[in-house]
Amino acid sequence: MGIDLTYAPAPESRSIVDLKASYGLFIDGAFVDGHGSGFKTISPATEEVLAEVAEADAADVDAAVKAARRAYSRVWSRMPGSERAKYLYRIARIIQERGRELAVLETLDNGKPIKESRDVDIPVVAAHFFYYAGWADKLGHAGYGEDPQPLGVAGQIIPWNFPLLMLAWKIAPALACGNTVVLKPAETTPLTALLFAEICQQADLPPGVVNIVTGAGETGEALVAHPDIDKVAFTGSTAVGKAIARSIAGTDKKATLELGGKAANIVFDDAPLDQAVEGIVNGIFFNQGHVCCAGSRLLVQESIADDLLERLKRRMSTLRLGDPLDKNTDIGAINSAEQLARIRELSEIGESEGAERWSPACELPSQGFWFPPTLFTGVTQAHRIAREEVFGPVLSVLTFRTPSEAIEKANNTPYGLSAGVWTEKGSRILHVAGALKAGVVWANTFNKFDPTSPFGGFKESGYGREGGRQGLAAYLKTEQGGR
Amino acid sequence: MAARIDVRKTYKLYIGGAFPRSESGYSYIVNDAKGRFVANAALASRKDARDAVVAARKAFGSWSGRTAYNRAQVLYRVAEIMEDRRPQFVQALQQSEGLTTARANAALDAAIDRLVWYAGWADKLTQVVGNANPVAGPFFNLSTPEPTGVVAVLAPQESSLLGLVSVVAPAIVTGNTVVVVSSFDRPLPAVTFAEVLATSDVPGGVVNLLTGSAATIAPWLAAHMDVNAIDLVGVAGEQELATELEVAAADNLKRVRRAPVAEPDWTASPSLDTMTDFVEIKTVWHPMGV
Repeated sequence: MGIDLTYAPAPESRSIVDLKASYGLFIDGAFVDGHGSGFKTISPATEEVLAEVAEADAADVDAAVKAARRAYSRVWSRMPGSERAKYLYRIARIIQERGRELAVLETLDNGKPIKESRDVDIPVVAAHFFYYAGWADKLGHAGYGEDPQPLGVAGQIIPWNFPLLMLAWKIAPALACGNTVVLKPAETTPLTALLFAEICQQADLPPGVVNIVTGAGETGEALVAHPDIDKVAFTGSTAVGKAIARSIAGTDKKATLELGGKAANIVFDDAPLDQAVEGIVNGIFFNQGHVCCAGSRLLVQESIADDLLERLKRRMSTLRLGDPLDKNTDIGAINSAEQLARIRELSEIGESEGAERWSPACELPSQGFWFPPTLFTGVTQAHRIAREEVFGPVLSVLTFRTPSEAIEKANNTPYGLSAGVWTEKGSRILHVAGALKAGVVWANTFNKFDPTSPFGGFKESGYGREGGRQGLAAYLKTEQGGR
Repeated sequence: MAARIDVRKTYKLYIGGAFPRSESGYSYIVNDAKGRFVANAALASRKDARDAVVAARKAFGSWSGRTAYNRAQVLYRVAEIMEDRRPQFVQALQQSEGLTTARANAALDAAIDRLVWYAGWADKLTQVVGNANPVAGPFFNLSTPEPTGVVAVLAPQESSLLGLVSVVAPAIVTGNTVVVVSSFDRPLPAVTFAEVLATSDVPGGVVNLLTGSAATIAPWLAAHMDVNAIDLVGVAGEQELATELEVAAADNLKRVRRAPVAEPDWTASPSLDTMTDFVEIKTVWHPMGV
């Protein structure tokens, strides 16, 4: 009795990060001023201004594309794959060496818990560079012809939810295949991409192979519209993905689009319930639910729904929300005021449409952007919280009676990025996994990522794959024969 | 003695395994390569296109659910029936493309051989483009191709049989179902092909063939929210129309095979892209040992 079992604060020190007052664009191997008006990037956990960041206008984007084109034609596309590989290995090693610094900076700028940036984001970033480094001199064995050729200059636009990880997914395969890149990080999370630019300098990567242009939507539009890029790689919302597909219509630009999702996480009555609860929590509360493949629709078999929900609520009550730099934090800050407003709006709509809202007792910090882990029961397929991507820690719970009903409900969405299946019955796993229209199916697990494993969607979740051998196709001329 | 009066024919559409007339009631005159009347063909309307999409969607589940071996058998059987109907195809090719008998036979040979080639891919593509992934953890991890769904195919305008087979076979062999708009000026080989399909083991709805104008029908297919992909080769060289169609296709992020500047050489060996452009890689994870 009377023993204090609360956690003492265990903050990770931010002294390892050398934050500059302002950051320029990274073009042709050097940091330069942008011609846009510039913007501030803040810590979403405290609203503290972290740095001033340059904004690239169309002229800056043009300079970056020109630098990338020069580097492509004079250096990178001519370099033997074995030499490109060594640059990528170098980068991978530096990322490992500076892993703590990158993790802290990511957490500062993004608001995600340090345990996730430290144990998931940054290690997978390094692994991604290691994996694709090894492909650079083996492309003739990848199944795309004996001597597959790069596309040229890739324009790449990434989101704010996994800033450095999405950068790695874009840059590592592009460079391995012999392309050069102009990458635009998200407006709210530019800092790790700029630290990555320093890493490129540290690795003596030839100037122009990687160019980083910071800015908002207009910078991205200028990049997509630039006549001298050969490839657009985008991760972000389905609405923007469609706009990009329209914008490049009639051109020779290739595209890979990794867009939104509304994944079903299906729990059958014979599932290992405690494991399933962990998977559900990981599926929707990992990274504050800022995950395109988040398991945001829980489909639970009716006969076990009460039992499962009781266990889920109990587990949710133990989640620790707060300082992202604290090593014991499970749920960090929502990335921006704008995203917080979107989550609030959809949650209010969920209530007004008749679903029942529940959150554990959870004290929110007074500064910054926060939203408690939330679940909605009594959700129907017509509810907006069951159809639209919330991109926050909000779980919609629906029930089903038969496997075929589960499959039908799971597929009843324009999205098709991921799905989860929980059951101890092997043949049911394989049957359901086969019937789900989703690019990634996690069975008795969720939200697992690996550089060797292709990731990408069906339907309106986009096209193309990132990761694995299939991820190379996004950056190679694959058309080998006639039609 | 007076010459016998021909029985002139008005061909029909092929939708859901049946041969309806166009719901619009329109047909158009098909002339041979020298401009002489050959027959009337149905002029497909947007309603016909929508009906065809419904038929294709209805057929998708069962066709994509068949075993790969079975789809291979079904496609090979189509090649067998084409062999049976050589004279009809040769005549259609001569009329449509103005070929000599020898060249018409060569085009038919190539079309049948192409079909046989694709039939064999049914149970091999998964092995060639799918694989296990050695992830850094205790997980079984497998990537396999799955059909994209309903594919709208604008068949080439010039190569009325080899070109047609070269765009239809790679789409359906992986389990997709298709809505095809045939060559406008040269629809007869497509009509004969539809008659072959109707007497083959290809289930109704897997291939739906519309004769008519791509410029008229394609915008409805490109914008249709229940079509998952579109092959624009039939509007090769028509840059403006192709761009419009690609823009419309973005509404539900259809997979688009763009229109080339000119119709390709269909005698060249096909690339795997003809199939892989209309499949989706699915990756399944499962823990091992826990």
